[in-house]
Amino acid sequence: MAQAHPILEQSGFNPDKKLKIVGSSPIKHDGIDKVTGRAKFGADMYLPGMLVGKILRSPHAHAIIKSIDVSAAEKVPGVKAVICRDDFPEITPGSANGDMTRNAMAREKALYDGHPVAAVAAISESAAKAALKLIKVEYEVLPHVIDPVEAMKPDAPILHDHVRTKGVKGADKPSNVIEKYELGIGDVDAGFAEADVTVEREFDTKPMHQGYIEPQGCVASCTEDGQIELWCCTQAPWVYRDRLSNILKIETAKIRVQQSEMGGGFGGKTGFYPEPIAIQLSRKAKRPVKIALTRNEVFRATGPVSGTKSRIKIGCKKDGTITAAEAELVFQTGAFTGSAFTNAPQAMFTRYALKNVKTTSYEVVSNRPKVNSFRAPCVPQIVFGVEGVIDELARKIGMDPIDFRLRNAATEGYKTIYGETFGPIGFVETLQAAKKCDHYNSPVPPGQGRGVAAGFWFNRGGETTGTLNIGIDGSVTLILGTTDVAGSRISISMMAAEELGIPVDKVRAVMADTHSLGFNRVTAGSRTTFSTGMVIVDSARKAIAELCKRAAGIWGVSPDAVTFEDGYCKPAGANVGNFEPLSIAQIAAKTMATHGAIAGHSEMNVTGAGPGFGLHIVDVEVDKETGRVDIKRYTVVEDAGKAIHRLQVEGQFQGGAVQGIGWALNEEYYYGKDGRMENPSFLDYRMPVASDVPMIDTEIVEVPNPRHPYGLRGVGEVPVVPTMAAIANAIGQCIGVRPQSLPMSPPKLLKLIDEHKAKNGG
Amino acid sequence: MSKKYHITTTVNGDDYEYLCEAQQTLLDVLRDELMLAGTKEGCATGDCGACTVMVDGTMVCSCLVLAVETDGAKVDTIEGMANGNELHPLQRKFLELNGSQCGICTPGILIAARALLERNPDPTETEIRYWLAGNLCRCTGYDKIIRSVQAAAREMRGA
Repeated sequence: MAQAHPILEQSGFNPDKKLKIVGSSPIKHDGIDKVTGRAKFGADMYLPGMLVGKILRSPHAHAIIKSIDVSAAEKVPGVKAVICRDDFPEITPGSANGDMTRNAMAREKALYDGHPVAAVAAISESAAKAALKLIKVEYEVLPHVIDPVEAMKPDAPILHDHVRTKGVKGADKPSNVIEKYELGIGDVDAGFAEADVTVEREFDTKPMHQGYIEPQGCVASCTEDGQIELWCCTQAPWVYRDRLSNILKIETAKIRVQQSEMGGGFGGKTGFYPEPIAIQLSRKAKRPVKIALTRNEVFRATGPVSGTKSRIKIGCKKDGTITAAEAELVFQTGAFTGSAFTNAPQAMFTRYALKNVKTTSYEVVSNRPKVNSFRAPCVPQIVFGVEGVIDELARKIGMDPIDFRLRNAATEGYKTIYGETFGPIGFVETLQAAKKCDHYNSPVPPGQGRGVAAGFWFNRGGETTGTLNIGIDGSVTLILGTTDVAGSRISISMMAAEELGIPVDKVRAVMADTHSLGFNRVTAGSRTTFSTGMVIVDSARKAIAELCKRAAGIWGVSPDAVTFEDGYCKPAGANVGNFEPLSIAQIAAKTMATHGAIAGHSEMNVTGAGPGFGLHIVDVEVDKETGRVDIKRYTVVEDAGKAIHRLQVEGQFQGGAVQGIGWALNEEYYYGKDGRMENPSFLDYRMPVASDVPMIDTEIVEVPNPRHPYGLRGVGEVPVVPTMAAIANAIGQCIGVRPQSLPMSPPKLLKLIDEHKAKNGG
Repeated sequence: MSKKYHITTTVNGDDYEYLCEAQQTLLDVLRDELMLAGTKEGCATGDCGACTVMVDGTMVCSCLVLAVETDGAKVDTIEGMANGNELHPLQRKFLELNGSQCGICTPGILIAARALLERNPDPTETEIRYWLAGNLCRCTGYDKIIRSVQAAAREMRGA
């Protein structure tokens, strides 16, 4: 068993330490490039001799690809390469790599509208497009299935002949159900028997798109001897590299992935799309190839979030104590497995100290693009239901909804359904802060409804690497393995500056390419500022130890006789000798005469992420004539452990809430009878615009996570977890019936209002 | 080989000449011919505003304007917004108040916000929200964008 890394055992967290930089909001160093147009995103790379790559996509939701003839396309003037399935190594279907290569480029079958079937690289976009039209694909169209519940039926069209449902004994026939997953604790029958009140409801949610404004863009450049440089917008350079290595059969050392600035990902850029295609085109053409996806391609063939169906039952006593909870969940994963659906049964009730829980979950394939991660993958859509049932129970027993949650709130020492025993957590403090905040204490304006809902996310750690280099003038550069998705470069620079006792302006951080550092896990799960912060604090402490050694050498004393404080090496005591403190810059200036450059480097599998909790409060008004919902006031209360950069923490809260508002009120995919997506544009798939939403108030709770040197918890996932539930609860207060289906669009709400009126005698 | 058209234009005060195909948009040529990649493509259908530029003083989505239509026109893009080392107040406020998160929508939003403040130096929150309703942002939830515009407007008014 390998020794755990010392900083993971002993973070050095000191709640009384006076912080100079952490907790402020300096201007991020990469900001200037973003407000001047200099920042280089995926599509902003231009190389000499670069070709334009374009992808031909299946117009069918489900079809056998009988033949592909590219000969006419190859003859178009200016065309330098045409590729299809024949240009990718054969990998057995059913394996992770087999799925990955088939999602990148269809092989035996096209499995969704927009599935890539061929691609062209040419000297101009017009030549590439002309060539695409000349590729002849012979399809045998098969019956398709879009809805996951339909896909579970015995007579449904089968996507993959090799799938036998995991978790079902004796499953011997092909099925669209990838896995049945059961998770529980305690005895739910005994628990429900103790309940005074039980509520059981069914819910459904639709897939939504991550909606990043930057479509995937990449440039691949390959040499005759098989070396590959890939520039792309990604949340996972090392994961891309390793997966590309697996499906293209190229050594990892020959693939260098350089991450661009990333124009939004939210989980949607944790898996590749055009990148393997650009590489194979470049290998064939021996020239750099750029592929920038169009928005239509982004909608039809990248990343949506799982749609779900759920049945949720919770019972409680008259005093509000929850006695049991039960759930049956169905997750639509698109054409291939990979929804991370097991997050949901683990997280859906976690925040309440439940003793009896039973869940059964199913992951189901259908003829839609393979889903990708999105903030707290698979959890918000289930919490939409859970927090509705919780709210209904609170009202049934006449308890304030926040008090009801407080009554059941998990605290330190609670053993979760997934096995973790909570350390210090801030759910109670979050609920108390919400109860005290101005929004909750203001009367609900006439005609409006108020809703609250709570959310939880594990927060993550994982494999992380980083380096801190001290320059000859004492300024500092950081090489970070994770991607900066929302300002982590500045937050991590702040922690480095705090450790070293120097102004943050003396620090600059860059995002590494895959040749510069060892493996980094994907930038996701609210792990980055936590994990890479940990690695860089560790690197800083190593550099400080080295600075002390150098100072000791200069003074001719033992390294133990030197301490480091506020940016200076000092004699540890009066008996060491009378030496003037040496600054980092003074020591760095002498590195040529000492032992060369001073740096710190660290790699670790980071543990100790502190779970995150939030509570949202929202006031809505529903136009009873049109069914349109107006968000009047919104407050996010969330535990950040410690907000490193306050403005950025607020930004995470606000952005998550507004994404949730879109998911709650109007975002969904429409499919025609032919299985083709009918709204693959921003006009028809409408995301919230500035005039749809109010200011989003934030309340940062700080219950430190002692496993981190500065006490922080990740804050990226939780802000979207309770949003749809909070809005639905508010709408329920407004119209008298709580919606159970997303999105809560005007026609659906009108129907609900009319049904409710009819039931209650108009 | 498609027929090419000879275009003469001024971009951020500099004279440019280039050849383009009839179907190429102003966005295409700004990025791929003139290497002014600060203007972004988010949708190419005029729905996201990431490609917002000014053509002869009018705010447009450059993805909806054909390059051939801009022969003889004066085009202003994000690359011309700062004056030497001096950032435009909007740029500064977006930095100070974190109005930009991932940054992909920022160039378009800055150009649009400047166009607003030039015609209305003291817009209400609602006016800012409706003016910027054609510029999608998925990161910020708009809060800090609106506050940045308000702060810049105050500073520019000397209020």
